Amino acid sequence: MPIVSPKQLRERYDVIIVGSGAGGGQMAYTLTMEGLKVLVLEAGRVYDPVSETPMLQTWNQAPLRGVATPDKQYGFYDASIESGWELPGEPYTNASSEPSRQFRWWRQRMLGGRTNHWGRVSLRNGPYDFKTRSRQGIGFDWPMTYQDLAPWYDKAEMLVGIFGDQEGIENSPDSSPGVLLPPPKFRAGEILARERARPLGISVVPVHRAVLTQQQDAWRIPGRLHPGNPRAQRLLAENMRLRLKCLFATDCHRGCSIKAAFDSTSVYLAPALKTGDLDLLPQAMVHQVTLNAMGKASGVVFIDKQSGREHRARGRVVVIAGGSQESVRLLLNSQSNRFPDGLANSSGLVGKYLTDSVARRVSAQIPALENLPLHNEDGVVGQQAYMPWWLAGEQETLDFPGGYKALLVSGRKMPNLNIGRRFDQVSQADGIPFGRQLKEEARRYYGSFQSIGAQGAMAANDDCYCELDPVVKDRWGIPVLRFHWKWSEDELRQVSHQQRAMAEILEAMGGRFFKRPLAEQPEKAIRQGGTIIHEVGGAIMGAHPSKSVTNQWCQTWDVPNLIVGDGATFPGTADKNPTLTIMALAYRAADHLVDEMKKGNL
Amino acid sequence: MNDSTDGREPAGKDLPRVDRRTALRWMGAATAAIPVLEREALGAERSGTRRPRLPAGGYGPDPDLLRSYQPGDLWSLTLNDAQRRLVMVLCDLVMPADESSPSASSLGVHDFIDEWISSPYPGQVEDRRILLEGLAWIDVEAIRSEGEVFVSLPAEKQFKMCQALARRAKASSNTFPGSFFYRLRNLVAGAYYTTPEGMEDIGYRGNTPQDRWDGPPPEVLEKLNLPPQ
Repeated sequence: MPIVSPKQLRERYDVIIVGSGAGGGQMAYTLTMEGLKVLVLEAGRVYDPVSETPMLQTWNQAPLRGVATPDKQYGFYDASIESGWELPGEPYTNASSEPSRQFRWWRQRMLGGRTNHWGRVSLRNGPYDFKTRSRQGIGFDWPMTYQDLAPWYDKAEMLVGIFGDQEGIENSPDSSPGVLLPPPKFRAGEILARERARPLGISVVPVHRAVLTQQQDAWRIPGRLHPGNPRAQRLLAENMRLRLKCLFATDCHRGCSIKAAFDSTSVYLAPALKTGDLDLLPQAMVHQVTLNAMGKASGVVFIDKQSGREHRARGRVVVIAGGSQESVRLLLNSQSNRFPDGLANSSGLVGKYLTDSVARRVSAQIPALENLPLHNEDGVVGQQAYMPWWLAGEQETLDFPGGYKALLVSGRKMPNLNIGRRFDQVSQADGIPFGRQLKEEARRYYGSFQSIGAQGAMAANDDCYCELDPVVKDRWGIPVLRFHWKWSEDELRQVSHQQRAMAEILEAMGGRFFKRPLAEQPEKAIRQGGTIIHEVGGAIMGAHPSKSVTNQWCQTWDVPNLIVGDGATFPGTADKNPTLTIMALAYRAADHLVDEMKKGNL
Repeated sequence: MNDSTDGREPAGKDLPRVDRRTALRWMGAATAAIPVLEREALGAERSGTRRPRLPAGGYGPDPDLLRSYQPGDLWSLTLNDAQRRLVMVLCDLVMPADESSPSASSLGVHDFIDEWISSPYPGQVEDRRILLEGLAWIDVEAIRSEGEVFVSLPAEKQFKMCQALARRAKASSNTFPGSFFYRLRNLVAGAYYTTPEGMEDIGYRGNTPQDRWDGPPPEVLEKLNLPPQ
């Protein structure tokens, strides 16, 4: 098993990858399948979703009924260990003390990174999302078109296994035929939403998620993904056959011991390890990328968290994919005579143009959903239906640029500890309900609540960025990030529109509101920067070395054998979740890297 | 009922004792507002510069997720025998047995309450303070009005006191003693509906591996006036 200690490292690797999540995992997969010798360094421990996932445990088996604590910040059963907003000895800071200007930063310190902790929503950016500057006059265009990336979206989707449908919706692209798995049937509330939203001109369609609704086609896909590479085809087919289809129970945020839900460890790293070409070094906190005399990346310096000692690893190419802001931090901390302001930072743009999803949820109680005949509504647990942005063709009639999508959250979900107060506002009791009355009301109203959560686009701006804190260091003495954050009027107007539209849909479903939607108070409605854990940017890709950090192949302009393999290269946030695009970009960057290395260019 | 005292400490020094002075103060407190801090599981420090300091005894950032945990497994419990009996009675007032499902105490919800108020984490500190104060207060109040501690009162008197508290909780969920009943009710009902029996009673039918998922059955669509899918 090529999980190695610092002493077992090879003299030199073809490629060193920092981080084992969506970007690093995809790069490791592609490169090892092509026979390159790869080292992946992960800051956390090895985590095995197959043997460690609490699949069907109920809340009464968890301490404190599984509520979030400082040790498990998204709840006890969430597949996050040694992870969270606050990590002991690993601080970050905010430049402003104003609440509206705080940025929150979730760090995942475990094998597989944040792919463990993910709703698995996997949407493609659309053609307009690559043209933000041209279409809206703000933010940046990407140095590629949708068509340039589309083949890798197809490949990533086939590899990962994603369900969804073909809808033909403007700027919410379909996949190529035969790529997606069938979507799950809608729940009662989702069907109701679809019927009631239709007259408003809003389509409720199956979301795309990285969950197997049927087993992948292990006969067909490996040949399509690895033409002319029988070893890769065999290893991928073997791994696909180890993945079972969803058992239609248990929350994907817990992880998936049957590998139906995607995570990097089960889908990317497991077959990559089988090649024998991957070394995996856990508990390694990388803090510097080293350069040789020619100014090319030569390796990394890391601290072995178990011994506290510093070590080095050497490679022909270095990929950094530690989670966008962690990669930015690594660049800024890699200072040298050649790059006194941080590696690959001759443009001065490393750390700039941080973006995140613009989000808030609206909830209502739907009388039509009361007292439904009892039935199992787990489905694929979590989101099944969403509303792709429906005004992409009429953007100029709105007072904000960029769109948003809306995800439905409904159903007779497994109750958690919060359900005790859920029925207070609908209760007929003259006090808070308790006793027999509460039991009766709980039976009636359970499952009748519906939420719609909007997540929208954000163009890069000058107010959202990070830099090294001049004073604060982490427990290993590595300088930490200091964030600057400010929502612009564009995002605030978008949130107002979200709140109005979500309320309108819920009203059309007959919804009763107990918290008024916050259309008139967008600054109150909008979630704090970072909260949705969709933060990207900081080492953006572009067409010009003076205006961006990397090219379209994620190679830094200054150091071509240094690749940024995670969300740091995004020139902006679309109304789609970032992960699928991270995977497609990493896939494309890895294919390009293989070509370049074969040609001897790197 | 589990009357084992394993893992349970004797009543600690920090627990409220009801002497005359305290009792008088609590009677006064029944009409005076006690401001209650927002419960914030992650502490007030959000910038990420520092993690909130914790008393020892949490399960740490990498616990065994597969094990089934019982109250008292991870940290010592708090309630003495008298408090525990009182919590059992209150649990069953909040979630009594009825035709279709058992009582909260028969599902061990009182032990969960003990686990909760004994938690080493900051998110439960306020609940601990208010619940322990409330347990003392309700006996004082029962003695004042009926001459007996709460558990000795007839069921209808107990229910009436809870009704009064429920009204106060509705008027203000963060003013004592309404805050006491509000938090108690939230925890008892939440703990109840997270047991297999409670999930069954509320109508949750999931968490069962299925070979397929076919959407809602026809009778559900019929009730919603939706066409077959």
